[in-house]
Order: sequence, then structure tokens, then C-alpha cells
Amino acid sequence: MARKPNDYKSNVKPIWCPGCGDYAVHVALMRAFAELDLAQENIIVASGIGCSSRMPGFLSTYGFHGIHGRVLPLATGIKLSQPDKTVIAVGGDGDGLSIGGGHFPHAARRNIEIAYIMMDNSIYGMTKGQASPTSPEGTKQAASPYGTVEAPLNPILLALAYNTSFVARAFSGELKEMVDIFKIALQHPGFAFVQVLSPCVSFANTYDLFREITAPLPENHDVTDITAAMQLAQSQAPLYRGIFHHSVRPGYSLQTTEIQQRAPKVTMAELMERYER
Amino acid sequence: MGINSRTVVVRIGGEAGEGTVTLGEVFTRIAARDGLEVYTFRTYPAEIKGGQVLFQTRLGIERVLSEGDAADVLVAMNLKGWEENLNDFHSQGVLIYDPDAVPNPETRGRQAYPIPVTKISKGFDFVRGKNLVMVGALTWIFRLRLETARAVVQKSMGRHAEVLAKNLQALEEGFSYAQEHFPETFSYTLPLPEKPAERLLLSGAEAMALGALEAGCRFFAGYPITPATTVMETMARYLPTFGGTLVQAEDEIASINMAIGASYGGMKAMTATSGPGLSLMIEGLSMASMAEIPVVVVNVQRASPSTGMPTKTSQGDLFLSLYGGHGDGPRFVLAPDSVKDCYYQMINAFSLAEHFQTPVIVLSDQAMASRVETIPYPETICGVWSECLERILPTPEELAQDYRRYRVTENGLSPMAIPGMPGGMYMAESLEHNEYGHPAQSPENHKVMMQKRARIVETARKHLVNWDSSVRRWGVANAKFGIMGWGSTRGAVREAMERLAAEGVEIEALYPHTMLPMPDQAVSEFLRGKKAILVPELNFTSQFARVIEHRYYKQLDARDIHIHMLAKEEGVPFKIEEIYQAARNMIQVEGGR
Repeated sequence: MARKPNDYKSNVKPIWCPGCGDYAVHVALMRAFAELDLAQENIIVASGIGCSSRMPGFLSTYGFHGIHGRVLPLATGIKLSQPDKTVIAVGGDGDGLSIGGGHFPHAARRNIEIAYIMMDNSIYGMTKGQASPTSPEGTKQAASPYGTVEAPLNPILLALAYNTSFVARAFSGELKEMVDIFKIALQHPGFAFVQVLSPCVSFANTYDLFREITAPLPENHDVTDITAAMQLAQSQAPLYRGIFHHSVRPGYSLQTTEIQQRAPKVTMAELMERYER
Repeated sequence: MGINSRTVVVRIGGEAGEGTVTLGEVFTRIAARDGLEVYTFRTYPAEIKGGQVLFQTRLGIERVLSEGDAADVLVAMNLKGWEENLNDFHSQGVLIYDPDAVPNPETRGRQAYPIPVTKISKGFDFVRGKNLVMVGALTWIFRLRLETARAVVQKSMGRHAEVLAKNLQALEEGFSYAQEHFPETFSYTLPLPEKPAERLLLSGAEAMALGALEAGCRFFAGYPITPATTVMETMARYLPTFGGTLVQAEDEIASINMAIGASYGGMKAMTATSGPGLSLMIEGLSMASMAEIPVVVVNVQRASPSTGMPTKTSQGDLFLSLYGGHGDGPRFVLAPDSVKDCYYQMINAFSLAEHFQTPVIVLSDQAMASRVETIPYPETICGVWSECLERILPTPEELAQDYRRYRVTENGLSPMAIPGMPGGMYMAESLEHNEYGHPAQSPENHKVMMQKRARIVETARKHLVNWDSSVRRWGVANAKFGIMGWGSTRGAVREAMERLAAEGVEIEALYPHTMLPMPDQAVSEFLRGKKAILVPELNFTSQFARVIEHRYYKQLDARDIHIHMLAKEEGVPFKIEEIYQAARNMIQVEGGR
């Protein structure tokens, strides 16, 4: 019997505001699971803290709603304990680029086989609207009434600089495209990063803006060409959607498994002998 | 402890980077192989090269309990090694020194024997081998076997044939020189046993790693930090051989979260750190309490606050370990009291973490982690020195219908599904949650869940009453005077009590191995009939004494039991003498009462 997207839906009603971009991510994830025919018990979705980090609760898979900013180390530990499972890390731009920004390069460096979906709304939604690391300069919010003076981060450019082996951008207004990207990310044998432009309807409604300025990556873009990807990532208009980079190198859990196989097998008794006086 | 004693303190002072530590380690290994019991102590300079190193090894015929007090035999490899130890040198001690580094030492009546190690090593063009020349000399002086010494050098320095040959030559040159120039009889020589018993020679850090492996730990994430790094390095070597994984994480926050993630995935997981790292892990520990995830955290304490003195010892993290974290979550804290106990308490730590689905902090310290002791070969582990418990998994029936990860139970424990189990899908939740793991904020639910988690600790406390390994009590049963302490100070306390016992003083001691939950029953029984108790600890504010005061104030008040705090935060362990004097002082002050 074929699996259906709704098989992956939990009976907990999402807390998101009506119209929130995260609904589309929820649906896209469930569709990707179904189309990849994954068993619920073989999926683990981990998250940090924030609106988007509530995702695991709305899925009927295994999940872990952890602490703010620590989704990547949490998911890394989960993957290493269960290398044959599909492990997905989800969170927002504040979770992943502000408080948790230090973990991003290391997950990429390890090429740990998890898909990291960052729902980027350029705002702190759960705390009722403060500027985030991806908010445009001059953003006026409760904690920045005179406008922010910080330049925004570019998540795609960061991911490329960190040598992330799969880098893509999706938009909550383009569901089909998001499902296709998720399906590739979930099967990628390394660290797969997907930035989802997921507007916050309450504090930073960017649907119209993104409908206007986003566009698919040029058809002739070579996904193995990092320099080209970096150039395209710097474009703000159009703001490109699609797969910027896709390459394969050995993943972390694969390599730790190989180390285990390479290591000489010893028993505790043999180990003790090494410490005999 | 002096002439005719069954132990001898050999202290070596020299320049860091000149093989002083190697000198001490190789000599210690030779003594251990020849059947003596050993217990080392070392101080490091913060510098990698340069600075003064002190390496002390206490040799004994029976198990050595502490590093001892003043040096019986002082080996001065440089001038500082002589000058800095002059005030902590037994009045009938013996000085062995390099005359090129220490010209004409004024020993105030002590015997002094020059061993010209610089000159000898220059003689065959191997100046950096002067430490091995001294090893050779000490081998003869303590009547250890040259064959043993050769074997040890071969094992520990055998990587390059050329260097090994030079080192062996240095060893033999030193041995021959001492044979010719040192007096025939030496008052500090200990008799060697005919057939040495089976023993392991381990540092506290290694003992913790081996204990963790024995307990079934298969995941370690850690970040380099002095003095805990040895635990990580030992695990790094051996974990893969047992099919385990070690990650050198990007920081301590990542370390604890990785360990929690791996534990959620079904592996026995741990991390090891020191004070600054534990501070960073506190938020993660609070989550593990809330989400009911087993995890073991080793904290090798060092002198603090802040960066403090990374290479110096302390017991200053008791409060942080017991109370650090937001909110009231269940947690256990263990305090091994010797290198041997480090091994067994790690097994206990995993038993508690796994069975009670709770984070466990194991408190070691710089002195105990870095020192080397001979310990009896570990025996059957379950039921004597440690207890073996496993995680409670849901049965197929429980998974088949309406599985609730956080089911409210009488003992607080709820079977924990592991990803991959069909029917067990749940979300581990750091928010307050209901039985299913769904976020829930009602006052009723919060109350019920707080009580459920608190019952985990109470269940463990009741369980621990039957654990022999959760507390140590010794001395004169029900004596009027007591000593209560924790962790690595126990060796010095045992020896001070032996001295007091020899003088006819009646005193009894109690050392909990589980600091949380406190073994209340054992403590109450111990306090019964006491006039006063001495609480020695290596921190500034007498943290354990405060815990006792706070937890047992009714009993202390009702029986008018006085607490004598002996706090020392200097970066070095207690001397036996300090404990002895404080106990004497307590008895004198309280005696008339």
C-alpha cells in the first residue's frame, strides 16, 4: 500500500499563524516522505527553538524538539547512533545563524548525512518580532526602533563557503519545487542545506516581494561549479531558487563506520592487558 | 612517611621539556612491574616547554592510599627542583642530585648523593638522555631489577631503534654509576614481593575511560580541555575497536547535544570536560532532565573560578554539579574517591543514567585524573563495586497500543522507545509536555509532570540504599567524632585516620559516592551519636559542608552536632598532616563537650 502524505501528520494542530510559510514546508516534507516511501519509524526530525522548530510535533515520525540553536549537534548525535535512518534538522534563521551559527560550518565540514532545512523568515517570530541575522539593514522592529545597522547574512553564500555538499533555496510559494528539492536533499549522502524562504505573515510578510524577485536558477547552471554558485548566490534580484551546488564526498557516519571496521578488534580483557604493570 | 615505613615518597623536580615527567613515569613503571604499589602525583607548568615540573611517586608494599606528605627521597634535576622542595623534605630524607645543576646543596644534616647525570650523558654524546641516566641510578638505589628496567624502556621508548639503543645505554650507565658510588645499604629500600599480584597501572582518566567502555558506552563527544582531555584521548583510541564513535566537537555545547542525540538514538553516550566546559553544558543537562534522556558527563575539576588554574586540582564544582541549571530537573552526581573507584563509578554512572533516563555528572579532579595508581585487576563488576542496570524499553504490547513515551508511572520511569521501533514514534520534548510528548502548558499537567520527574530521583534514592557502592563508611563504628568528605580526598583521610587510630583516637568516616541523590539513610545513621564532624574539601566555601548543613539541619540542631569545615583551595591536594591536625584540633575543641 502506497504511503500518503497525511500518514506522516500527527494529531497535534500546528501553532503557526494562518498563512505562515512553514505550513508549506510541513506539507512539502510529508509529500517528500511519501514519495520516497519512507517508514515513519525510520525518520527522525530534530529541531531547535522557534516557530519553525515546532515542526517535529506536527509529524508522526520520531522527533526531538531540543534547545535553541543546537539542532545540528543534536541531529549529528542522532545520525551517528542510527546511521541507516533518515535524519532531518529543521529550524529558523535565528536558531541556525545567530545562536547556533557556530555549529553550521562544522556540520558542513563533517559532511554529516543529514538534511538541514532552514525556514528563513528574516525575523524572530515566536518572540513577537525582532530583527534576525537575515533581516535587511534598516529593519525597524520592537528591539530596533531606529532601524538595524547590521548587514544581513546570506545563508546560501555561507553554506557554499563552508563547503556544504548540497546547497539549495526553496520558497514557500513554490510547493512542487520545494518537494523536489527536499527529495534530493533527503537522499543526499552528506550534509544537505536547504534555505526555505518562509515568510512570517505577522511580522515580516514577504510573500509578494518573493513572488516578484525570486526566479529559478538559470537552466544551464552547473551544480558542481562552486564559483558559479557563489556568483549566483550574490544576486538579490533576481533572488534565485533551486539547487546551487550538489557534489558527493564521503559522509561522516560512513567514515566513522569505516574507522570502526579498520580498528583492531579487542576484548575488554585484552585492553586491560595493555595496562598491566 | 620516613624510615622503616612501608611506603616511601620519591619526589623528582626538574625542567619541563627535559624529560622530567618521563623520568618519573618510567621509574614508576619499573617499580610497579617489580611488584611495588605506586601512587603518583604531578604538577604541570602551564607552559608546554619550560617551567618547573614536580613528579612524585609514592612506592609501597601494600596499596598506597595517597600521595603522602614530605619527600623521603628528593631527586633534583635542576636548582629549582632542590630549592622549591627544601621546605617539604623529610628531616631524615635523602637528596639525590645532579651536581652540575645543584652545586653544593646545604642539606641541613640530610644525606646527599650526587649522580652526575649531565656529565655521564655528555660522555656518550646524549645529553637529553640524562633523565634515563637518573632512571638507571634510581633502579639500582631502590634495588629494582635492571632486567625490568630494560623491558620498560623497551616498551615505552622502543619506536626508533637508534634512540632506544641510546636510552638503554643511558639506563645502564646510570645503573653502573650508582652501583659503584652509592652506599651498599639504603634505608628507603622496600622489599620486592616474590611474585607480583595481577595489577593494572592506570591514571584516573584512563580508569574512567575503561570503566565507560566496560559499561557499554559507545558514543563520546568532547572538546579538548585540560585536565579532561586524557579521557577523550583514551576513548578515541579504543571506542572504534568496540564499534563505537568519538566526535571531537566544535565546543562543549555541541558535545553535550551530540551525546544527548546519540543517547536518544539508543547508544550509551557520554562527554568529559572541566569546569568551564560544564558551565557551557548546563543548558543541555537541563534539557536531558526534561526530555528524560540518559547521558553521562565527566567533570575533571580544576582550580577556578573562570579559567583559573587549568593544571591544578580543586573540588570547586560541587554546587555547579548539584544545582547548576534552570528549573528543578532530576539529575545524579557521583564522586569516585580513587583511581580504582573511577572505574567502578563510571559503570554506576551508566547504570543510573540508563535505567533512570537521567543525566549523571561524575566528579573527578585534576589530581585524581592525572595520577597513576596500581589497582587490583577489575573483578566481577556487578553487585560489589558497582551495579549494572539497563534502559527500560517498551514491550511490543506497549508499542502496539497507545504508546506514551512520558507515561506517568508510580516510580516515575517510563519505557523509552528507540527510533526504528514501529509504533514508538514520539517527540523528545524540551518544552513541558504531556504523556505523549506533546507540548502542554496547563498548571495541572506541569504539576503532574514535575512530580513524575521528581519521583525518578526518589525511586533512585530508595534503590541506592541497597547499593554497597553508593557510600563508604569506615573507622571505629559509632565513634563520637567523624569525618565526612567526598571524592579524591579520601586517601589522605584514610591515612590520617590510621595515624589517629594508632594513637588510640576513636573516629569514623563517611564518604558518599552518590552526592545526588544523597544516601540520606546512611548519612543519618552516621550522624547519630556524633559530637562533631570534620568536613575536609578542596574548595573555598566548604561546599559539601554547606550541603550537609542544609540537608541535615534538623538532626544537626537537635543533637547539637558541630561541623568543622576544612576548606583548602590552593590547587594542590590535602596533605595527610593537614587532615590529621584538623581532626586533632576538632577533638581538642569539642572533647570537653
